[in-house]
Amino acid sequence: MPNSGKFGRCLALAIAFGLGLWICNSGLIGQIASYQEDILYLTNQHMVLVGVSGGAAILLGIPTGIWLSRPKMERWAETVMQVFNIGTTIPTLAVIALSMTLLGIGFAPAVFGLFVASLLPIVRNTYAGLLAVPAHLKEAAFGMGMTPGQILLRVELPNALYVILSGVRTALAINVGTTPLAFLIGGGGLGELIFTGIDLMDTGMLLAGAVPTAMLAVLVDFLMGQGQLRLIPRGVNPLR
Amino acid sequence: MIRLENLTKVFETANGPVVAADDVSMEVPEGEICILLGPSGCGKTTALKMINRLIPLTSGKIYIDGRDTAKLNDVELRRNIGYVIQQIGLFPNMTIEENICVVPKLLGWDMNKAKKRAAELLDLVNLDPHQFLRRYPKELSGGQQQRVGVIRALAADPPVMLMDEPFGAIDPINREVIQDEFLKMQSELKKTIMFVSHDIDEAVKMGDKIAIFRAGKIEQYDSPDRVLAHPSNEFIADFVGADRTLKRLRLITAEQVADASAPAVSRHGKARDTLAAIREHGSQIAVVIDADHHPVGYVSAEMVEGAGGLVHEMARPLPATVPARADLRAVVSEMFAHDTMWLAVVDDQGRFVGVVTQPAVTLALGETYRRDAGQAA
Repeated sequence: MPNSGKFGRCLALAIAFGLGLWICNSGLIGQIASYQEDILYLTNQHMVLVGVSGGAAILLGIPTGIWLSRPKMERWAETVMQVFNIGTTIPTLAVIALSMTLLGIGFAPAVFGLFVASLLPIVRNTYAGLLAVPAHLKEAAFGMGMTPGQILLRVELPNALYVILSGVRTALAINVGTTPLAFLIGGGGLGELIFTGIDLMDTGMLLAGAVPTAMLAVLVDFLMGQGQLRLIPRGVNPLR
Repeated sequence: MIRLENLTKVFETANGPVVAADDVSMEVPEGEICILLGPSGCGKTTALKMINRLIPLTSGKIYIDGRDTAKLNDVELRRNIGYVIQQIGLFPNMTIEENICVVPKLLGWDMNKAKKRAAELLDLVNLDPHQFLRRYPKELSGGQQQRVGVIRALAADPPVMLMDEPFGAIDPINREVIQDEFLKMQSELKKTIMFVSHDIDEAVKMGDKIAIFRAGKIEQYDSPDRVLAHPSNEFIADFVGADRTLKRLRLITAEQVADASAPAVSRHGKARDTLAAIREHGSQIAVVIDADHHPVGYVSAEMVEGAGGLVHEMARPLPATVPARADLRAVVSEMFAHDTMWLAVVDDQGRFVGVVTQPAVTLALGETYRRDAGQAA
C-alpha cells in the first residue's frame, strides 16, 4: 500500500523534526559535543571489541557449521546443536559475568563473552543453511563428477549463503548491542559513557554513549544488508 | 556400449537385507536407448545409479565401451557419463552458461571452448544463446530448464548417458515436444543411453530396447515391439496393459504400410484407362494427382465404370491425407475420424506416396504373430 507507506514516512519525518527541535532547545547537543574526545576514543575501543569478538565468532562459527553439516557428523550434529541452543538461553549479561569469573577483568574476558554470545547464530544458520540445500542438487553435483570439496564450494555454500549471512547479521546486531556491557567487566567501549551517565543521572553523558552505539548498530546492519545484496549470486538472492 | 554382468545390490536395513538388484545382466549396444521400465521399487533406479556409483554395488561388473569401470575412480568415471535427473538439478546459483560449463570446467577445458560449446548446445535445443546464457535457472520455465538439464549432461560429449525419469516432471504437452526433440538430437548424436521410466508409452516411444524390472530382476529385455506383441509372462502382459496391441501402432509409420503401387491417375487421364488400372491393381479406388504429384481427389471403380471423359470431371475430394512419417496410431485415428477404410499418404513436400488401408494396418500388426507361428511349425 503506497499510501500508508507515504504516510509512515511523513510521520517519521515529523517525529524526527520534533525530536530535533526538542534536543536543540534543551541544549543537549552542546552537552554531548563536550564529550567529543571521549566519544572518539571509546567508539574506537567499541569497534575493536566488536571487530575482534565478531570476527573470531565468524572465523570459528562458519567452519563449525560446515563441519556439523557433513554427512559423517550426521549422528552427532543435532546433539551438538542442542548444547549450543541451551547456550543461547543464557542471557548475555550472565555470559559476560561468567566470562569475568573465568578470565578476570579487562579486554580479554570482554572479547570472550561477546564472542560466545555471537557464536551461536552463526553456527546455527551455517548448519541449517547447508542442510537446507536440496538433496537433488547434491546428487546432480556428485553425478557430474564433482569432489565433495568442489560440491561444498560451488554448490552448497553459494546456495546457503543467504541464510549464513543472515546468521552473521543477527550475530553482529547482538554483538554491537551487547558490547556496552563490556564496560561492566572493565572492557571499555561506549558503555563507559552510558553507565556512568546513568549513575550520575547525566542525560548528556548518557546520550553521548547511547547515540553512537545506536548509530554503530544501524551502520553494521546496513553494511551487512548491502553485503547480502551484493555478495550473493542473483540466482539465489531473494533480495534481487 | 554398456554391459552389466551379474549386478547385485543388497541394502542392509534394520529389518534384514533387502535385495534391490538381483543378478542383473544386460548389454546396451552402442548408440541405442535402453529403457529400464517397471513399477516403483523394482530396482530400475538402483541399477542405473550403480553405473555411475551413486549407489555402490554389492557385486558384479560394469563395462563401458568394453572397459571395466572398476578400474576408474568415482570422479573420473562420472565426468565421462552424462547424468540427467527428474528434478533437473540445475544449480540455482549459476547462470545457464555456468551450469552447462560445469563438467567441461571440471575436465580442465579451455574456458572459451567451453563457452562456445554452451552456445552451440543451446542452439541445438532451440533456445537462443544470446537470450539464455546469462539467465539464472529460476528465470526459465520447467520445459526450458529440462532442456538445459539434458544439454548440460551432453556438454563434455560423453559417450554414455544415464537418465533417471528425465521428463517425468514436465506437463504432458511439453513432454511430447521434448521427447521428440531429444529423439531428433539422438538420431545425430548416437549416444548410448540408459533411461529409467515408469511410463510404458514413453518407453515404447523412446526406447530401442526395453528392460522390464520386477523385484530387482529383469523380467524381459527386448525391443518395444517384442515386449508389446510377445510379453514373456502375465506380469509383463499386465504391466504393458490390455491395449498393448494399440500401443504397437505407434511403432510403425504410415510409409511402412503404404501401398506405393496403388493406382494414381493424372487429372487429365481417361476414365476408361483408370478403370483398367484399378482392376489391374485389384483395388476399389484410384487417387487423382496433379502435375506436381499432389493428390487432389479420388475416383472409385463404380464412378468410372462405363463413364467417358476425363477423371477430374468425376473425381471426389479426398477424405484426408496423412504424412508418411506419421505413426499408425495417428493414421487409424484419422481413418475413424473420417469414417474411411483408406487414406492417401503424402511425403514432406505433399507429394503422393501411396495408400494405406485398414486391412494393411491389421496385416502389419499381425505379421509378428504369423512369423512366430511359421517358426513354430
